[in-house]
Order: sequence, then C-alpha cells, then structure tokens
Amino acid sequence: MMGLRDYIDKIKPNFEQGGKYAKFHSTFEAFETFLYTPNRVTSNGAHIRNYVDMKRSLIYVVFALIPCFLFGTWNIGYQHFLSLGENVTFWHTFSYGLLKIIPIYLISYIVGLAIEFTFAEIRHEEVNEGYFVTGFLIPLIMPVDVPLWMLALAVAFAVIIGKEVFGGSGMNIVNPALLARAFLFFSYPSKMTGDSVWIAEKADAYSGATPLGTIFNGGTINDLPSLSELFIGTIPGSIGETSKIAILIGGLFLIINGIASLRIILATFAGAIAMSLFFDIPFYYHVLMGGFMFGTIFMATDPVTAAQTNIGKLIYGFLIGAIAILIRMANPGYPEGMMLAILLLNVFAPLIDWCVVGANIRKRKKRWRATERSAK
Amino acid sequence: MDKIKIRKGLDIHLKGAPSKSIESFEPSLCAIKPGDFIGVIPKMHVAEGDNVKVGSVLFHDKNNENIVFTSPLSGNVKAVVRGEKRAILEVVIESDGNNDAIDFGSVETFPETSLSTLSRDELIDKMLRSGVWPMIRQRPFSTIANPNDNPKHIFVSMFDTAPLAPDNDFIIENTMVETFQETSLQMGINVLAQLTDGNVFINVAANSSTCIDTINRVYTALSNNEHVNNIVITEFSGPHPAGNIGTQINPISPINKGETVWYCYLQDVIAIGKLFLTGKYDSTRIIATTGSAVKNPHYYKTRIGANITPILDIEENSRVISGNVLTGTNITNDNFLCFHDTQVTVIPEGNKYKLFGWLRPVFKRFTDTNTNGDTRPYIMTGDFEKVFPFDIYPMQLIKACIIKDIDQMEELGIYEVDAEDFALCEVIDPSKTPIQKIIREGLEFIRKETK
Repeated sequence: MMGLRDYIDKIKPNFEQGGKYAKFHSTFEAFETFLYTPNRVTSNGAHIRNYVDMKRSLIYVVFALIPCFLFGTWNIGYQHFLSLGENVTFWHTFSYGLLKIIPIYLISYIVGLAIEFTFAEIRHEEVNEGYFVTGFLIPLIMPVDVPLWMLALAVAFAVIIGKEVFGGSGMNIVNPALLARAFLFFSYPSKMTGDSVWIAEKADAYSGATPLGTIFNGGTINDLPSLSELFIGTIPGSIGETSKIAILIGGLFLIINGIASLRIILATFAGAIAMSLFFDIPFYYHVLMGGFMFGTIFMATDPVTAAQTNIGKLIYGFLIGAIAILIRMANPGYPEGMMLAILLLNVFAPLIDWCVVGANIRKRKKRWRATERSAK
Repeated sequence: MDKIKIRKGLDIHLKGAPSKSIESFEPSLCAIKPGDFIGVIPKMHVAEGDNVKVGSVLFHDKNNENIVFTSPLSGNVKAVVRGEKRAILEVVIESDGNNDAIDFGSVETFPETSLSTLSRDELIDKMLRSGVWPMIRQRPFSTIANPNDNPKHIFVSMFDTAPLAPDNDFIIENTMVETFQETSLQMGINVLAQLTDGNVFINVAANSSTCIDTINRVYTALSNNEHVNNIVITEFSGPHPAGNIGTQINPISPINKGETVWYCYLQDVIAIGKLFLTGKYDSTRIIATTGSAVKNPHYYKTRIGANITPILDIEENSRVISGNVLTGTNITNDNFLCFHDTQVTVIPEGNKYKLFGWLRPVFKRFTDTNTNGDTRPYIMTGDFEKVFPFDIYPMQLIKACIIKDIDQMEELGIYEVDAEDFALCEVIDPSKTPIQKIIREGLEFIRKETK
C-alpha cells in the first residue's frame, strides 16, 4: 500500500496553495484523510490524544444503522410480495429491496455531498464528516415510494437551509435528516402519509396502512399487527424504522461506544410512558409503532441538536417522548408525532440548556455574595 | 482528617513507569527559562561570562522587581539565549562543580522555638531574595504569587496522579531517611502557615501510607507550636486529576471572584524549609524519567533546570517532555528541565500516516503523539463531563473563552480552573481542539484586562 501513499504525496502539491488544482484543496484533503489519518502530531497542550476523532464517531453511527438498513431492504421486498400474495425466496425478496433502495441512497449522497463539498471549497474549510450520517439516515426515514426528484429537493433543502446557512456541521439548530422529512411532509403530504406510500408497487386491493395509520383512522389495538410483528418489523412503514430488533442492536452499539446518550434515550422512553398513561393505547404499543424507537435512538440523540447539559438531556428526552405520544393521540391532523416532537425540542434545546446552566451560574453568584458579606 | 473522593476523571496508563531506584546526577548545565513563569517579563542582572553562585540573581520580573530568579548552580553564565523580538528564552549556567552558595542566614534555634522571631514580611523577604519564591504560585491564573497579597488559603498537593507521575511515597522514603529532610518539610509548612490568615491545606493521597505517616508526624510536631494552628490535612482518592491542585481547591474552598489562593508542591515546601534551616537556596530536585521511549526509566536526584542530555537513553524519533504527557513542555531541542517539573516523559512521535486509521480497531489507546484526526467543530457532548470533576459546565466555559466574553467566563467559573484542569478534556476531545490553549488565552485575557 506504500505505492498509494507515494502517489498521494506526489500529486499533493497540485492541490496546495498556488498549485494547479488549488481550488479543489478541500476535496483532495477529504479524500486523502479518508484514506489515511494524517501524520500530524500534537503541537500544544496535551501531547497525546485519544484515538476517537470525528470520522470515527460518525462512522460508528453509520455502523449502527446497518442492521436497520439490511432489514429495511429486505422488508421492502417482503411487503411488496406480501401485497401481491406471492411467495418468493429470501434472495429474491432482498434483491427487490436493493433495487428500490439503491437509487434512494444514490440521490441522498450525490446531492448532499455535492453541496457539502461545494460549501467546504467556498469556505476554504475541510470537508466535514457530518453528512456521512445524515445521508445514511435520510433514506431510512422515507417511505419507499418517495419520488426521487422530491428526495433530491428535500436533501438540498435540509443541507442548505438546515445546516450550511448556520455554518455547517455542529452549528445547526435542527436535525437535518428530520428536516428533509419534514420538508416533504409539509410540501407533498400525499406522498408522505396515507396508506399507499409505504409499500413499493403495492397491489391496489391490499391495505398498506401502518399501525399508526390504523389507530389514526379509528382502529383499536385489536386491529394492529401482533406485538411480535411490531417488534420484529414485518410491517409497513418508513424504510428503516420498522424493525425494533435492528434498532436495538444499533442502539446498543452506540451506547457501548459512548456515541448516543443513554440519558436521552431513557428519558424519552420515560416521557412516552408517562404520557401514554392518559390515553387508551398502552405504552408498549407506542414504543413499537411508527418511528418512536428509531427517532429516540438515532434522531433525538443527535448531539448537535439535542440539549448539551446532562440535566438538560433528561428534560429534553422526557419532553420528546411525552409530546410525541400527545401528538399521536390528541392531534387530529397527523398519525405520527415523533418527527414533530424531536424537531420542536431541537428548537427548545438551547433554551433548556440556558436554564440548566443558569442555575449553575446563580449558585456561583450566591456563593460570591455570601463570601463578600462575611468579609464585611 | 477529612476525606474527599474524586469521582470523575481518567487514569491514563502508559508504558514506562519509573522503576524504584534512584541515582544522583549533578548536571554540568542548568537553564532558567522565563517562559516557565506565566506573565514574567525578565530583566537581566547578569551577562554571559559572569560568575554566579547558587542563589545569585539572574534576572527579575519587570512587573515586580522583588521577584528574582536565582542560579541553581555555581559557575558562570554560559549563554543568554534569545528568540523572536529578542525575548529571553533561556539563561544557561555552566557548573564549576563546587556548588558554592550564597548564605541568606538561617534560623538558628529551630526546632525548639518557632519562627516567631521573624515577621511575615521578613519571611517573605528572605524567600524572595533567595529565589525560592517563584515556587509558590497563585490561583487564579497560575502566575507566581504576588508577595503583597494576603491569600485566602495556601494549598499543598503532596501527590501527583498524572500519567507515569513520580511516586512521592518513594521520594519521601528515599530522602526522608535523613531526618534533616523531614525537619525541612516541617520548617517549610511552618513558614507557609505564617504567610496566610487562612489555612494551609496539605492534601495527601489516601493510598500513600508513607506520605500520610510523615505528614502526621510533622503535624504533631507543629501542633506543639502555638503560632501554627492553621494546618488542615485532607485525604484524596480517585482517578486523575485528583492530584491536581485545582481539583483539590475546588471541593475544599472554591475560589470566588476577587479571591486569591497560593499553592505549591512537596519538593517546593522542602526547598523553602531548607532555606530557613541552612540559609541557602537548595536547588535539588528529585525527578523521574518515564515513558515508553526511554530506556530504564527511574529516579534521579538532580537540580532545577538541569540539562538531562547525559542521562537520557532514548529511542530515535521520540519527543522529550518536561513534565507529564498532559501538561508538559516539549524540550526535545535542548533537554533543559522546566522550573516546576519533577518528571521527564519520552514518548514516540506519531508522525506517520495510517491507512484507514480512523476505521481500524484500536487495542492500545495512547501510544504516540499523533493527533489521531483533524480539528472539527464541537459535535459530541457529554464526554468532557465524565473526566472533569468540577461543578462547572466545561463546554460552555470553553466557548465563553473562545469568544473572550469576560462576564460569561466569570459566571461559568473561570477563576476556579486553570488550563491543566482541562487537559483530560483535551485528550478525549473527538473534535481535536486546543482546549488548554483556549482556556489559557481566556485567563490571560482576563488577567490583562483586569490588571
């Protein structure tokens, strides 16, 4: 592999300042550091640094999403052939799913990364790894039948308006992946809700309602799939959200590696349990239906848009859980509330932190005053 | 004895702990580096070629001409090394091997009577003239203590929890065999007790039996002295940074806006004690060479600012650090110990590319000086809180320092911390930001604005 390194070192000067391709510096840099971690050494402060960097943190999230991706791909095929009443092999099912999901991923990454690279070049900054994760998440929270041009529009909107206008990764207010979904949800509601969008090329006579759709249209828990079906995920829904097993595997991986905040996850569950006490549907249905679990583990825990203080995380998570259930049960407009609950709390997270940090500041000032008084 | 348990932090285990053997090393060169002291602007008293004794003034601080820096050796001034804008980087002394020392006058009657014959001003004056004064520093800002201040308290940390830190129990065992040394410790604490109207907090590690026994004997001896009733011993346990002075000050008496505390360490107290017992500036330091790139790491009895080239048997492409890997100074170029340090760490440089380094499984967490990634905006949250044992929001304080908002920095607790308290945050930071530098610049900004 030293040949590759030598080649990179040979072409590197072209991309540095004054080189032929200097305007592609950020792009070159992104590919170089993708292949090789730099030979940079510490020059001030601590002389050693942990092995975890942003690339590793974020690639772990992508790893954690792979079970959802694999199950979701299979489930696209499974739901399709189920609606047709056909019985086909596992590989036939899975490859049907792949054919559906690959274009969605291509659009997500090509549009998103093109914008990211362009902004990085304009700003003369290094390309940020944030879109690794966003680009992987967006397809998983889409209905399988989403038109690709709509998806492209949503991705562009989310990356530019949701992230780049604020200064890029780490500066955004709301989760860009959810923003992409919200954009489509409000712009093209017929393609994002209802009974027809969740199954690819569905047979017309077959009901494609999601469990939440069933409840929304007046159904009771007797009309729902069994708990085990909800848990395993052989139900219609957004591509990645249906299998709770896959989500839990990913969640466990994130928690073990310290990427996702266990505080937020537990608080979100607590909020959902508390709120569901006021309504008919028991909480264990709520956490297994719709995007609750996917949203809790992969969206609510997004560190940029979540509350940043430990106490703030508990409040933030609890409110997401509670408001998600409240929207599901009490709102006449939409069957699902998780997306809106997370986006709402994304906006309020800085306020929550402000209050939490404010308490610390007041405590400190009180101590100052106490010592000033005793000095007099 | 109070007991305090530090719950947050991180013990970083590196290869190359010092073996329990000690050797004497008389350096032929020593250097005093003005850069070791925050805010000091040197004004030279000597020129190249001048003869000096142990305790001869080399330069003073332009901000306070009473604060002088004295020679750790007798011999001659070999070089005054200057850098950019003619700033003085090093004053190098070459030893004549005699260790002739200036006599500042001893307290003859110790230990039967106390220091009561000397006033606080006289004590301070002697410490200033001899050059031991710069061993006492203050919080906030970690500058040399201002002799005109009356500190709220004085803190002494008797142990070090940094990676590969020297074991003060071993140092005490091997140096206290001469009862003289224990008497010096006692004298040093006695002197510190006269310098404050508050307490002298002596902080020991809960698992350091030798240190605890020694300090208890000293305490008993001092308790017969009616002038010394302000010594408080506290036992600390828990992971690094339990041994950091900031970690210890915080639970005992957090620093409020406008307050000042002073602090120093075990070997500083002994040097202060020796000054009053013998009348001479004692520049002896026991240091440990440590780290994976040094052969046979162990302890040396040497001098402040020693040039350690003769005792360093190190591997190629390695970095020599005066101090520990968290807060130390890179001295690879000239190998002169920094003034306050009692440890040398040598680790391999990490100037290598790694194919898919960000993706590889990692078995050894800390091996070399590679940054393991590039600087990024802050994205992850909650990591700093796990290694930061203060009732302070670290990320918020770092951001306040970046934007240099003094009000916010004060409100968020800047006076309670120093750059070194953020070293662990910096090490684990996945965004690879220079956190210690940010905090230091924030503190310096306040210090200059409020002067």
